[in-house]
Amino acid sequence: MFTLGLIGLLVRRNLIFILMSLEVMLNAAGLAFVIAGSRWHQADGQVVFLFILTMAAAEVSVGLALILQLYHRFKALDADAASEMRG
Amino acid sequence: MEATFYIASAVAVIATVLMLTRLNAVHALLYLIVSLLAVAVVFFVAGAAFIAALEVIIYAGAIMVLFVFVVMMLNLGLRTEEMERRWQPSRAWIGPLALAAVLLAELVYLLTAGSGPAQIAGSVEPKQVSIVLFGPYLLGVELASMLLLAGLVGAYHLGRRAPEKPEDRYGADSDERRAAAGGDLVHAGSDRPARTP
Repeated sequence: MFTLGLIGLLVRRNLIFILMSLEVMLNAAGLAFVIAGSRWHQADGQVVFLFILTMAAAEVSVGLALILQLYHRFKALDADAASEMRG
Repeated sequence: MEATFYIASAVAVIATVLMLTRLNAVHALLYLIVSLLAVAVVFFVAGAAFIAALEVIIYAGAIMVLFVFVVMMLNLGLRTEEMERRWQPSRAWIGPLALAAVLLAELVYLLTAGSGPAQIAGSVEPKQVSIVLFGPYLLGVELASMLLLAGLVGAYHLGRRAPEKPEDRYGADSDERRAAAGGDLVHAGSDRPARTP
């Protein structure tokens, strides 16, 4: 699933899809942590998943605000449009 | 128990693949929500019921609501009506509904089979998690709170609508404009002819 998220990040050019792929990647990493913690009977895996959840929430709020700004500025959700930014 | 794990994993992978191949953002969001729910079922099977609940509440609830809000805000205009008309056949619901039905069947089977999360081998109790979280990882909790505060302030700062042309906004401070608007008390009436007594 992490690979799928990475592929989505690289293939799609729509900013919304890039952010969703980032979510998938974070989720896959958390899944690996929780499964490993369940395998070795440790609580650390779930603790790390809680941290990942917090980080994903903060990241998504900032990322969506950035997407709104970019859309107002370029009237497009193309990731290539942002490469024309100057200054 | 093993079969449910693999079925939920397969549902998660299939939903993710379908999400990446959608062209419409809302359809992709539907598949992403199904994928998150499937991961939550995987957590439940793996014995982390608390984490599964958090996954549903925070990921599929809060974060996806943010996504849906932004997608709806960006699709303003004439294209929206056209898209609404195209959604009318509602074929887009069939795929996520089928995958979610598989997950629901799994969940009902798990709950009625009498194997709660406590009986599953390898389950980690929420109490253990809390003890570890607020024990050795206390610094991490504080850092997470700072991160959330920074995210809140950053999202507020970035989410404001920037003024289109700053010179227009501050241009009203020039003397001519203020006199034309009649708001300048210092130079008010200085261009009128002096009144003769």
